[in-house]
Amino acid sequence: MTAGERQRTWFGLAFVSPWLLGVAVFTIYPVAASLYYSFCDYDVLSKPVWVGLLNYRDMASDTVFWKSVGNTLIFNLMALPLGLVSALALALLLNQPVRARGAFRAIYYLPSLVPAVASAMIWLWILNGRLGLLNAALGYLGIHHPPQWLADPAWTKPSLAIMSVWGCGNTVVIYLAALQGVPRSLLEAAMIDGASAWRRLVHVTLPAISPVIYFNLVIGIIGGLQVFVSSFIMFGGSGPDRSVLFYAVYLYQNAFEYRQMGYACAMAWMLCLLILALTWMASLSARRLVFYQGD
Amino acid sequence: MRLPAKLLTYALLAAGAAMFIMPFAWMVSTALKPLDQTLSQPPEWLARRYEAQLGGRQQEVRLGPLVTEPELWARVQGVARPVALPRDSVRDGSWRPASGLPVPVEVLKPIPASASAPWREISDLSGGLRDVVPIESISSHVALRWENFPRAIAAMRHFGLYLANTLFLCVLNVTGTVLSSALVAYGFSRLEWRWRNALFGLLLATMMIPFPVVMVPLYGLFRWLGWIGTLKPLWVGSFCASAFNVFLLRQFFRTIPKDLSEAARIDGCSELRIFWQIILPLCRPALVVVALFTFMGTWNDFLGPLIYLTDEHDFTLALGLRAMQTTGTGGIEWNYMMAASTLVILPVIALFLVAQRSFIEGIALTGSKA
Repeated sequence: MTAGERQRTWFGLAFVSPWLLGVAVFTIYPVAASLYYSFCDYDVLSKPVWVGLLNYRDMASDTVFWKSVGNTLIFNLMALPLGLVSALALALLLNQPVRARGAFRAIYYLPSLVPAVASAMIWLWILNGRLGLLNAALGYLGIHHPPQWLADPAWTKPSLAIMSVWGCGNTVVIYLAALQGVPRSLLEAAMIDGASAWRRLVHVTLPAISPVIYFNLVIGIIGGLQVFVSSFIMFGGSGPDRSVLFYAVYLYQNAFEYRQMGYACAMAWMLCLLILALTWMASLSARRLVFYQGD
Repeated sequence: MRLPAKLLTYALLAAGAAMFIMPFAWMVSTALKPLDQTLSQPPEWLARRYEAQLGGRQQEVRLGPLVTEPELWARVQGVARPVALPRDSVRDGSWRPASGLPVPVEVLKPIPASASAPWREISDLSGGLRDVVPIESISSHVALRWENFPRAIAAMRHFGLYLANTLFLCVLNVTGTVLSSALVAYGFSRLEWRWRNALFGLLLATMMIPFPVVMVPLYGLFRWLGWIGTLKPLWVGSFCASAFNVFLLRQFFRTIPKDLSEAARIDGCSELRIFWQIILPLCRPALVVVALFTFMGTWNDFLGPLIYLTDEHDFTLALGLRAMQTTGTGGIEWNYMMAASTLVILPVIALFLVAQRSFIEGIALTGSKA
């Protein structure tokens, strides 16, 4: 290194030093420790004791663990497509030349700003089986034996999925920004060729925004697998027949309620693998379906 | 667009908007009701005040069950309050329940109610006085119970403290995140140096790590430092820059022409001054976005405070709201619960209305890196 290069390196390191300190203390050390603890019996009060693969073996035979995996996957299979499609539909509507677009966009976006605890409280009240607004509305529509949203294990996951759609405003705004970037020339060319609105959507608009759909899907998978607050607040983390005992909730319970921190760490690493596996699957399908401009 | 398509678009947009507003409207509607009206079936949107003649004077009353067929208003021996009894269950001065022995009753008045002319049981606010009257004789008008808000604040016990703690965390986190992330982003975008790209790769990699992985060791670390039960775990880290915000700001910083920095350097300007006096002012919109997202993240955070805070005097609003749900005696008082939720949501909505542009641009920015 020349003297100038050395000086520049020192400058660079000085500017990023807050992050270097942070990443060492709050990321690299915890990641390494977490991996180590996952092979230990650890309750935070006493020193960790090496137990090899015991935590991972326990997990394989822990029926509650598998229940939480199943719950989380089923919930995401409902909530993720529902959220992505609703958000896309709303964004497509907003992308039309309409008046008061800003007001509509604000209305759709606002719920996504609501603190998760408050939104859980609101929906706990709306979904109330006997007094809730939703069942009253269904009553007006002639459904006199509406679902017991919060008490029937078959309906708890759909309840949370409906609730999650209310918070899809973030995704709407991201889609809308992407839609406004779709080249007008392409749409006009398709129009001149006589393509119907549906065909323009399927063959021009969707391919053009496919990178953003893929982005939203991946973000949705990562967030969805860690769903915690709604179940924790509305169902005490378990619900009827443990139907909304989600992965992140069970992990939390192991760490801070049962003080099985080693087991919780092992679960966290399995969550990592699960996220990797699912995003990898998404990227496989993306290779065929996502179209990058300039490719 | 042709007219039918246009109408359909507006109809769908309006229907969607109505559904998205409904939960807010229901929250505020419930927040303004007296407790008994939160239980009314079918639900009503506006809280009302009911008045009727009771105990010889016109006064505010609570509504009881509806009577839709002829019954008797009677005092059953051994029961303090009068009740409505089916006509054919009372014979020869005694009430003959479906099972059990007859009980003497004193019939106060007949209730000539029918499905088309129903009567209603009413009581005074303490529930001590009861009567049954034709429903036309009950007058009502809309009366919103604004006093539910101070009462909900009182029911939350330490509302002031929760608010102060939350604001304290917001101020520190916003300051810490904006300053440190901008500094780090500058190092990763405006300076050329060895290891820069390798370290930036590491920064991107850390964004992939889900919180549960580091949750337990962080708890152990903060416990070792004696920080559990204090607010420190919730703000100290913000001064060490967050990967996502560094990434966001770096994208912004890169758009500023290099010549600007070069010219300043030739004039003998130090790197810190270039950062502070040239780059930061030019990137204000991006800094505002980072500040807004950090504020929202802190205001809304639940898991962090749940793990690290132990004493209710240190709670944030999110934890306080949840404590209100779990410490209530008996059933949840939904009117106070919704009033408290409204109070927690209101600042967020106000902030959005003030800074709408920055929010929308910021969100669009996070998506555009896809």
